[in-house]
Amino acid sequence: MHKEAAIREPLILGHKTYHDITEDVCRPIEDKAPRTWYILFAIALIIGLYGVGCILYLLGTGVGVWGLNKTIGWAWDITNFVWWVGIGHAGTLISAVLLLFRQKWRMAINRSAEAMTIFAVFMAGLFPLIHMGRLWLGYWVLPLPNQFGSLWVNFNSPLLWDVFAISTYLSVSLVFWYIGLIPDFATIRDRAKKPIPKKMYSILSFGWSGRAKHWNRFETVSLVLAGLATPLVFSVHSIVSFDFATSVIPGWHTTIFPPYFVAGAVFSGFAMVQTLLLIMRKAMGLEAYIHTKHVEYMNIVIMVTGSIVGTAYITELFISWYSGVEYEGYAFFNRATGPYWWAYWSMMTCNVISPQLMWFKKLRTSLLFTFIISIVVNIGMWFERYVIIVTSIHRDYLPSSWSMHFPSHIDIGVYVGTIGLFFVFFLLFARFFPVLALNEVKTILKSSGESYKNAPDDHHDAPDPVAHKVESAGDDQPAVEAPKAEAKKELTAEEAAAKTSALMSKLGAGSAEAKDDLKAISGVGPVLEGKLNEIGIFTYEQVSKMTKEEYDVLDELTGSFPGRAERDDWAGQAKELMNKSNS
Amino acid sequence: MMAADKVIYAMYDDDDVLKNGAKKLVSKGVKINEVFSPFPIHGIDPIIGVKNTRLGIMAFIYGLIGLTLATVGMRYFMIEDWPMNIGGKPNGSYLENMLAFIPITFEFTVLCAAHGMAVTYLIINKTLPGMPAQNPDPRTTDDKFVMELRLSENSGFSSNELETMLKDTGVIELDQKEI
Repeated sequence: MHKEAAIREPLILGHKTYHDITEDVCRPIEDKAPRTWYILFAIALIIGLYGVGCILYLLGTGVGVWGLNKTIGWAWDITNFVWWVGIGHAGTLISAVLLLFRQKWRMAINRSAEAMTIFAVFMAGLFPLIHMGRLWLGYWVLPLPNQFGSLWVNFNSPLLWDVFAISTYLSVSLVFWYIGLIPDFATIRDRAKKPIPKKMYSILSFGWSGRAKHWNRFETVSLVLAGLATPLVFSVHSIVSFDFATSVIPGWHTTIFPPYFVAGAVFSGFAMVQTLLLIMRKAMGLEAYIHTKHVEYMNIVIMVTGSIVGTAYITELFISWYSGVEYEGYAFFNRATGPYWWAYWSMMTCNVISPQLMWFKKLRTSLLFTFIISIVVNIGMWFERYVIIVTSIHRDYLPSSWSMHFPSHIDIGVYVGTIGLFFVFFLLFARFFPVLALNEVKTILKSSGESYKNAPDDHHDAPDPVAHKVESAGDDQPAVEAPKAEAKKELTAEEAAAKTSALMSKLGAGSAEAKDDLKAISGVGPVLEGKLNEIGIFTYEQVSKMTKEEYDVLDELTGSFPGRAERDDWAGQAKELMNKSNS
Repeated sequence: MMAADKVIYAMYDDDDVLKNGAKKLVSKGVKINEVFSPFPIHGIDPIIGVKNTRLGIMAFIYGLIGLTLATVGMRYFMIEDWPMNIGGKPNGSYLENMLAFIPITFEFTVLCAAHGMAVTYLIINKTLPGMPAQNPDPRTTDDKFVMELRLSENSGFSSNELETMLKDTGVIELDQKEI
């Protein structure tokens, strides 16, 4: 089993068992949706439908309904495209890059971050498609033999590279996400009581049964897909940046664009993950799995990538001056002081200053502050794309064609509509899909769960808490356990009797007739129950009176599982069981 | 028609207990047919004799196919069939123009490797839409772990002997089925 340093904060808080994890994640799916879900869904749906209406109007009328003109041929459409693609970078970064780096904290957030990625890339893909104007001819971007002779698409063009990059990214992310979902759908399928959900999840889970060989393949597939997706993440936004960097427009013609765009994408993607998860963990009661530590880790990523973005801005400014090219210099001077100064300074404030506040531990561990900053960063990153695109082209080489960009209401409607659609998808995801990677979170319960980590000291020199349970269950001890077991002094019969009576006087007598089912206490199996009964412990009431002292005596008497009773908090559990049976 | 066989399902509530139990059983010469678990149990494969998958190699092969297709395709489209001359700069030979083809070559390689592997994975697992679930107990996708033993594969033992041995490994439930 993977060991983790004791000083690392546990990733799963509270005394969770495997079953608790299943319960916590599946309950929101199985219960009725709360009223707020319906309200949010209705709002998102109305906004989304308005966006669809705008898109249909655009397709019916033509791209002229956007606020574009001869000088500014690219504005909100491509800004929104890059913004959404950027947001779509966090999910695969979390699930692929962090998987390769063996970052366990990713497990609680990767499922929802990946869902966010996929929905964000859907939204992104929409913009180039509707920008074609005649969407029904969209297949022209594919290298298909056609009636114009053997005229192929231009493989030298970064715009075509983008088609390949985005479609590869979207489909690979989708497959990666779905392969992880299959075992979790199987969990929901096996719990489902009503026939329709059962049928639905049974189809979605592809008949997954959890065989050892399948898990073996599952892990290899996850690892190889992560290995493939990692360079893919970096390539996608590099290629998006080529759309600009390979042109000869001052302000775009920049070699630092690929790394700068990738850092910006991760920056904005993590900000969006924070925005969504901070709400989701609260609404769905997942505070034990996604807690301050996860938020802090993500804030550190935001801080680092934000610093890279800030450095890139300043490098750009410096190079535009140092290059001595007056057009290049003017492009940047115009950004900061021209008619779009407000966009430039919003971008600078949101993206350069706000992430630097994360150096303060107090701020980066504050959930409210994180939420505010995450929204600030999302706004800042939208302005970044707007500044790069619009301010670079609105004053081109010919002053006679200088112009300004004013968005039409269709521009705004399409953009706001994609936000609505995005939330429609995300709310449906949160309602019907397991929002936590159940099978992955369960694998870290023993290494990073609080109840296992904060075990008493003897746990650290004991080889493995669970191995002791085997010892108690099986008569012959496994070889590894032998030295420890031998070192322990065997109790003589009298000592044992004395200790038993002392223990029983504290706990009070119980009788075999009024026996409770002690197996209901997690950590107690049939064998252990027998031993407890032998000593004279039969009821929850007796167990509930136990303290550290009694646990120790018990450990000596049963000669096994040191610390297990305390770690599992038998007394607390017994109290709960008592309350349950009384009510 | 296969001869009647008996399957024994031993259920555990802890992955490590199952693993230690499996180790003990295997050392006594018992053959464990299958293990069903809600998450991957690390280290169980060598104990019950599950060989490591070769899907990684398959992914590499699919990647090579993608690489070849992209190279051959772009060479044909851009160099042979319709050479472009953009701004007085002809495409020339494949090698001269290759730099511009690298992004798509890379993307297509990843596309083929990822999808090829994913499809292979689903097919060899026989996990496809509409397939029936085969786990013996619905709790094995929640928090229980089941070991499956077949009598026909353990001809040296009677079913009673197997059950006695299983009981020593900390099982919480035992079940039998004739197939």
